[in-house]
Formats: sequence, structure tokens, C-alpha cells
Amino acid sequence: MTGEWQRRRRVRQRLDRIFAAVFLLAIALSLLTLVVLLWDVVRDGARWLRWEFLTSYPSRIPERAGILVPLVGSLWVIGLTALIALPLGVAAAVYLEFYAGDSWLSRLIEANIANLAGVPSIVYGLLGLAIFVRGLHLGRSVLAAALTMTLLVLPVIIVATREALRSVPVSLIHGAYALGATRWQVIRTVVLPTAAGSIMTGVILAISRALGETAPMITIGAWAFITFLPRHPLDGFSVLPIQIFNWAARPQPAFQQLAAAGIVVLLAVLLSLNAVAIWLRNKYQKKAEW
Amino acid sequence: MANAVAEGRDLRVSPRWRDAQKRRERWIARLLLLAGLVSVLTTVGIVLTLTVDTVQFFQQVSLWEFLTDDKWTPLFTPKHFGILPLLNGTFLVAVGSALVAVPLGLGSAIYLSEYASDRVRRVVKPLLEILAGIPTVVYGYFALTYITPLLRRYIENLEVFNALSACIAVGVMIIPTVSSLSEDAMVAVPRSLREAAYALGATRLEVALKVVVPAAFSGIVAAIILAVSRAVGESMIVALAAGSTPKLTLNPLESIQTMTGFIVQVSQGDVGYGTVEYYSIYAVGMALFLVTLAMNLFARWVVRRYQEGVRA
Repeated sequence: MTGEWQRRRRVRQRLDRIFAAVFLLAIALSLLTLVVLLWDVVRDGARWLRWEFLTSYPSRIPERAGILVPLVGSLWVIGLTALIALPLGVAAAVYLEFYAGDSWLSRLIEANIANLAGVPSIVYGLLGLAIFVRGLHLGRSVLAAALTMTLLVLPVIIVATREALRSVPVSLIHGAYALGATRWQVIRTVVLPTAAGSIMTGVILAISRALGETAPMITIGAWAFITFLPRHPLDGFSVLPIQIFNWAARPQPAFQQLAAAGIVVLLAVLLSLNAVAIWLRNKYQKKAEW
Repeated sequence: MANAVAEGRDLRVSPRWRDAQKRRERWIARLLLLAGLVSVLTTVGIVLTLTVDTVQFFQQVSLWEFLTDDKWTPLFTPKHFGILPLLNGTFLVAVGSALVAVPLGLGSAIYLSEYASDRVRRVVKPLLEILAGIPTVVYGYFALTYITPLLRRYIENLEVFNALSACIAVGVMIIPTVSSLSEDAMVAVPRSLREAAYALGATRLEVALKVVVPAAFSGIVAAIILAVSRAVGESMIVALAAGSTPKLTLNPLESIQTMTGFIVQVSQGDVGYGTVEYYSIYAVGMALFLVTLAMNLFARWVVRRYQEGVRA
């Protein structure tokens, strides 16, 4: 009887160890894919990663093609998106945290934000095409793209900002009220400055998502081949993901390598944005210890 | 301030000034509300634009043809507008990517929640989440130029554009959605349940599979549904790697087209405004929107429904 029990315990323990390895393997496989992906992209693109690649205009000859126009276009789009989405998102978050209470209206807004976060990005592109490009006659412009991106990242910004606002110590807020400050004065002079660091972190992370979005940009009609830099929000534009998509979809190996080089540039911009976000978070986290 | 008090000046606020301040406060509240309403307007905008152009579409194509025709060929004659082949493609990619993401994501979640030390978890979790932060066009490139050639070495009759390669890439992309959300659900399982099982002599595997996973089941199911809904809405990987031939097939080795893939294909070309091809992307967009909305609502319903069950 005891022999049987001990035998079964050994089996159970062996199974435990085997499955620990199996579960670990799941993580290892996932991370291995990440490594292979990055390695593959860098290896393919290495040949084209030169300074001229960053400073050249597009060309039908791979040797002369560069990524300047989409790079500048991407910076325009995410810059303008940040400019519009930051005040809107923060205002909405402040409303929900400090003004809304538990009314039917605030519940409606919250349900909306939750639902919008699950809408596929390409549907935002269809919305942008119908409303901004055609309805408001903005055309295939930087502004139309930035407005579309704003709607896309707004739910993310609102959720992140609300987290940041909630982390402001209640004692500070009560202190300000006790001095006779009005609600808006409390928000403007105490809450927003205290939460600024984490708000910026959230906004930058949201904006960096917009940087990689391709489908809505294709839907609203970003140009795949454009030979001038945007100087004005109503100018035409291209963005990095569109250029990458366009190059990757061509059968010639040279263009596919260009796509890989473009991906390296895109990932580098993404990485620097994330680094800024992390730096901001660390900087303000230290300051916010009371 | 201190001087003013010392001098005995009257520090009371004049009623007029206070009224002005109150008015300002009200205006600010209204402005903030307006910003909050943008999200509502976005939803209304999505539903309206999709509806208006879908109605336009159905003035030229019958709903019956849309739902029952087994061909989707809006870009060449004879035109057919049956959405079934696109739904078939989307379904194939959703199921295929789930077959990749569920085992890998759940395995990772169980390891992180039940086996890993705190330090390992703090390092590995953000690393896994990088997978969700990589732009989808990068996965598309990877699927087309790495996964497909690799698979073609082993599978002879694999087409250049095929569903299998897209499934793998989409699956990898949604691993973090499965792993993060289901790990959150597992971590939320009360410690006392685990301790009780360990006290009965259970191994870690038994605790994980017989106690933690059942207790976190609703969260895990919701995580999987949300991940699959992301796969359904994914556009660039399928546009680059899965091809553009809508057809009714369950063979992942063939070229297919998904709903999102079709929208991308049409948007790239110069389709004239007001043509039936133009409206067709809105009809397909509407179908896509409804499918993902249903999945997201279902996921939330699962969480709410079964959370109550655990508490009771």
C-alpha cells in the first residue's frame, strides 16, 4: 500500500518537473520568436542602413531610395496627434475623475471608452476617411491623419491619465481644498502638476502606438510615393509603416531589404520614445515621494 | 498676506468676485464634459459612417446576395458580393492564431503565476509584452520574408501567400494578450486556495491545473476571446502574408483573404468615391465592427457572470 503511494508520488513529482519545463518552454519560444524577428530584420536591412538612407527622397531605384519623407511625415503625424490628443484626453480624464461622480452620463462615457479600446484600428481608418478626409474636406493630409490617430489613441490616454490622477495623494487634494481653493484651482495647481510625469509617460506610450499603426493610414489614403516634405498640416504625407508596407509588398529582394532597413528606423524611433517615457517615469517617481 | 492681516485689512472676497469665480468653475466643468463626450461622439461617428455607407452599398447589392453568395469578386467582372469567403478567411486566421497563442500564452501565464520567482516575473513579463508593442507591419514583413520561406522548406505545396504563415505571426502577436490577462486572473486567485491544496500534498502542477486554472477560468476565457478579437481586427499581417484571394477553404496552405485584408487592398488602389467598390469596404467594415464588438461584449459578460459565481 505504501509502496503504491510512493510510486504514485514519484510519478506526480516527475510530472510536475516535466510540466515546469513545458511551461518554461512556452515563454522561451515566445521570446525566441522576438529575438529571431529582430535579428532577421537587422540582418536583412543592414546593407542599406547608411546615413544617405535617412536623408534621401524616395526613388524607384533601390540604391537611391531613402526614408526621409516618411520619417518626417511620421514625426509630423505623431507630433500633431500629441498636440490634439493630450489636452482632449487629459480633460476627459479630469472630468471622469473629479466632476462626473456616478451619473448615468459618466457610466455611458466609461462604457464607451472600454468599447472603443476594442474597435479594430482599421475601422478608425474608415471613420477618418468618411469624416475627416471627405466630410470636412481635409483631403489626404497630415491633419486628417492626426485627427484619426487622435480618436484611436484617446481611450488609451484617458485610461492612463485616470490612473495617474488617482495616484495623487488625497492628503494633498484635501490640503488645497482646506485652503479655500475651488475645484478647478485644486486641479490646476495641485493635481495636474503632481501627476504630470505619469500623464506624460502614458501619453508618450499611447503616441508610440500611433507611430506603428499602418492600417488606418492606408485607409485614409496616405501616399506611398511622395517626393516632398510636408510643410503645412494640410499637405500630403507618407508615414514609416506605409513606406515599409509598400516596399515589403514588392517582389524584388532589394526593396524587401529596404523595408527591413525602414523597420530598423521605425523600431529605433519607437525605442527612443519608450526610453523617454521610462526616463520621465523614473524622474517623477523619485520627486513624488512625500 | 501676513502684512495684510497685521494691518487689519478686510480679506473677505467680494460677492461679485465670488459669482464670477463660480461662473468660471461652471464653464470649466462644461468644457471638461465636452472633452469627455468626444469618446461618445467617436462611437456615434463610427456607427453612423458605417451605417450610412453600408446602406448605400445595399442599394446596389441585395442583402441576400451579401449573406449567401459564395464568391467575393468586387474588383473584376462578373462582380460577386458574397461575404462568406472573407468571413471564412477571417475565421481561419482567428482559429489558427488561437492555436498558436493559447498554448504558448497559457503556458507562459501558468509559469509566471505559479512557478516563477518574483524577480523572474518582473523581468519576463515586460519582455513578453514587447511582442504586443511591435508594429503589425513588422510582423507582416517577418511572416512574408522569414516564416513563409522557412515553412516552404518543409511543406512542399505551400503557396507563397498562405494563411498558415499569417496565423503564426498573428498568433505570436497576441501571445501577450493571452498571457498578461490570464496571469492577472491567476494572480487574483486567493492564496488560501493554493495553500489548502499544498497542505493536502498537491504538487505545483496539480495546484495550477486543478485549483488555480479552474478558479481563474472566467478571466482566462475572457483573455482568449479578447486576444482572438484582436486577431480578427488585425490587418497588416494578413494583407502582406495571407494573399488576396477570398475563397471558401479551411486549408491553411492556400492563399486567402480576410475582411481586413480586403479593406486594405481596396484602400491602396484608387477606387472612385461613390462606386460600389468604395461602399463595399464600409459593408465589410460594418461586419468586422459587429464581429469584434460581439466578442468584446461577450468577454466582458463572461467575466461579470462568473466572478459572481466564484464569490458565492
